[in-house]
This record gives sequence, structure tokens and C-alpha cells, in this order.
Amino acid sequence: MLKGKKIIAIGERDGVPGPVIAECLQGAGYEVVFQATECFV
Amino acid sequence: MAKFIKPVRVGIEGVFYSLAHVPDLVRYGSKPLREIRANSALGDELHQKLRGFNAAVAYAPHQAYIGNIAPERLSDLPKPWYDKLIEGATFQGRFGDLVEQNRFYVLLAAADQFDLVSLENGWFHDQDTQPNVRGPKLHSTTEIQALCDKGALPLYSGERLIGAFEAAHPEDASLAAEVLLENLAAKVTAAHSLRALCKQLDLDPGEIDFVFSCSEEAVGDRYNRGGGNLAKAIAEQVGCIKASGCDVKAFCAGPMYAVVQAASLVQSGVAKRVAVVAGGSLAKLGMKFESHVKKNMPVLEDVLGSFAVILSAAKPGEPCVRLDSAAFHPVGAGASPQAMAENLAEKPLAKLGMKLTDVDRYGVELHNPEITVPSGSGDVPRTNYLTLAALAVMRGQIAKAEMEDFVHTRGMLGYAPTQGHIPSAIVYLGHAVERLRAKQIRHALLIAKGSLFLGRMTQLSDGCSFLVDRNDA
Repeated sequence: MLKGKKIIAIGERDGVPGPVIAECLQGAGYEVVFQATECFV
Repeated sequence: MAKFIKPVRVGIEGVFYSLAHVPDLVRYGSKPLREIRANSALGDELHQKLRGFNAAVAYAPHQAYIGNIAPERLSDLPKPWYDKLIEGATFQGRFGDLVEQNRFYVLLAAADQFDLVSLENGWFHDQDTQPNVRGPKLHSTTEIQALCDKGALPLYSGERLIGAFEAAHPEDASLAAEVLLENLAAKVTAAHSLRALCKQLDLDPGEIDFVFSCSEEAVGDRYNRGGGNLAKAIAEQVGCIKASGCDVKAFCAGPMYAVVQAASLVQSGVAKRVAVVAGGSLAKLGMKFESHVKKNMPVLEDVLGSFAVILSAAKPGEPCVRLDSAAFHPVGAGASPQAMAENLAEKPLAKLGMKLTDVDRYGVELHNPEITVPSGSGDVPRTNYLTLAALAVMRGQIAKAEMEDFVHTRGMLGYAPTQGHIPSAIVYLGHAVERLRAKQIRHALLIAKGSLFLGRMTQLSDGCSFLVDRNDA
């Protein structure tokens, strides 16, 4: 589904952090062009 | 509990929480200020959705915050809470209070040592509360308007212009009016909580040896942005004449670190009685106002939260911080929710010979979901409780089907305003102390998180936890 797409990964403090999302997607061969963790409270 | 463990306890003398209801300062919150500058029509929409003091007092989460309603009872109350107000609610709580905006303005002026605040003469003399400390700068409405025309921030009471807040330096961004208003608001609200706590305990503030402030504001000039020691300014304001102080900063986890450090000073004998205080975060006012306005709700982020805790040597039968339970999130731990729960709950409990299921109540990130859910930020406490429950399942302490029961019996609904450091576990300490005194619980584990990545210095997250129990030794 994400094949060939550039990925922006936004993680969340009380959920999954950005670097974790990026690492999973990069490990699966996808291109993460930006990742960050944010706090929405 | 394992036989070889000798508990290290430091006594909790008292806790006080306060909410300053400041609807006419919501416009100066970081988000409203930026959005209204870009689209002035939003300012009118915001103004239409501000609530009055009585509605803020009768708001169930605020009643829980000041100790009049047990947070465990909130799930039984009809929703939406902002609509189903509590009949007969009062602004004074069992261990807290709400401060009305006009009184806050007078306190703000009284705490100002640099002539930053000007108040309108006629309005000031109409106020009941006139602290006899330092007279504020008083001006006519014309003079106040002239100050605002020159760049001072206008202070309103409803539609009425009642004051102005000036910058302290024309070029120093760290001493701009917006920044200094945030800093002075933090000082005033923290000082109010500490003063009220001393009064409640019938304690002379001069008997406090040290004050930690864990407020979030960056106090300092352009060469020392965030230089700090708001603590000492707060100590002075309250009359803690024998105390010194310093600030402890760790984003939302700051209060928990500050309590651990305060307990350590007491335990080591460096100080006999230590206060931990935090003032409100003006920048966070109205953070989610657009969602609230769109959903036809009142703007619920209209209060500045503050608290004060006083620690001293443990007394028999009294609530205590278990210093030997203090846990921090280490650099190498990773920031996943599981890593957080392992390092801040499972490991410190194991050190005490306890399991996750041995804790009667968990105080986690207790943000009020009625504020966060409409903006898509989710139910933060529930997410945190589910993580703890999932870890208990993984360790075989409960069955998967018992997760909801774990959340219900060991958790609670969130009730704190989104004031960053305030909802972060420390908000439950007051209720925990009451439950421990009434022997309704044996212990509570407080777990706070800090979002270090927001400062763009590291990708790391952070956290701190400790257990509170009764000194039955």
C-alpha cells in the first residue's frame, strides 16, 4: 500500500513515538522523509 | 512484601491545588494569540464561548481538582460535564480553591515589583480583595489606553479595559510583555497555593527551609533565557523568610522530580521542611479552543492550575512518599509506552516486592478527556491505564478479559486542565493522601511523563514515578 510513497511519520507521546514508526517502516523498505514525536496535551 | 526491604519514607504534611479562572486571558494563550492575529474573527467566536466563574466552579472536573468530588466518582456523573453543572458547588474545596479573575488581577499587581502592571483606578477601588503589600500603579482609563497604544497588553474584565501589562525592555524578547505576563502569572498562582496550604496547615511560612518550583516558564533575560529560580521569588512572595529555593525543570514530569528531590533533602537531613510548588501555564490557555468553538462547547481551557506540597519527616500513621520507590526513565530505555510502563511501574514495584496488581490506585496523566477528545487528542488517562493493564496481561498477573476491570478499579477518569505539568500524576496526590488517611487504599503509584522532544534537543521522552503509602511501620 505504501510502496513508492514518501512517508511522514508523526508519533505521539502517549502512543507510538515517531522514531519507532520510522524504524518499523524503514525496516520494511519504505522511505521515511520526516519523523517527529509530538505532545498534544 | 519481601522481608529484607526497609522502607524509606518522607512525610506529606499537606497538598493544596488551585485554579485561577481567567477567561479574559485566554486570548493570550499561545494558540489563541497566533490564530486571532491571523484571523481576528476568531477572537469574537472565542469571546462568545467563554464561561463565567460560577460555571467554572460548578464544573465537575474542577470540583474533583479542589477535592470536593472523588475522581473515582466522575464516571457516575452525567455528561457533558460542562452542561451538567454541580448544584451547590463552592469555590473552596477540601484541599483547593478556585480564584476569580478580578482577584487574580489584584494578586498579579501585588506581586509585581517592577511596575509592569497598571490597573484602572476606579475598577481597583471597587475590588473587595486589596492585598496590603504593595500598591499597584493606578491610572485613568485614558492613561491605560495610552499604555496599550504604546504596546502594553490590555487586561480586560469582560468588555471593560481594566489594566495594562508593559514590557520591561524595548528590545529584549525575554522581557516582552507576553513573556513577563506568563512568568508573573506562574509566580502569583504558585504563591497563592503555597500561602493557602500554609494557612490550611496553620503553618508559619517562615518554618519552610527550602522551596522547589517546577513551573514550566522560562524566567530570565536575553542572556539567561530560562535562567530560573522562580522558586525563590515565590518563597519571598509567601513570606518564607528562612527559605531559599531553586527550580526543577523536566517538562510535565518536573513536579515528580521536584518531589523526589524535596524528599531527598528531608531524608538526608539537609532540610527539615521543603515545599514543592508550581504555577499555572498561561501559554496553554485555549490550546484547543478552535475545536471547542466548532463543537459549540465552552472554551474549557480557561484556568491556570497550581499546586503546593509540603514534605517533612515521616510521622506514624500519616501519608508518605516512598523514596525507595522513586524511579526515572533511563536514557537507554526507549520511549515506547511499554518501556515507560516497565521502567516507571513494573521495575520499581518489583524492587519493593510488589506486582502491578498490588497497587490500589495509579495516578497517571490525568488530562480531562472532555477537553482533549473533541480535538482528536484522545482520552490520555485511559491510554495510559490500558498500557499498564496490557503489561499486567503480558506478565500473567491478570487475564486479557480483565483489562477493563484493571482500568476501572485501579484508574479513574481524567479531571485536570491541560496545564502540562499539573495533570501529570501530581494532581492525584491530594486525593491519594485523603484515601490513605481514611485507610481506603494502602498505596498509590504516581507516574508522570515528560515530552523532552518538544525542545528539539533530543528525541528522548522522559518520566518519573514514586509510590505513596501510609507510615504504618
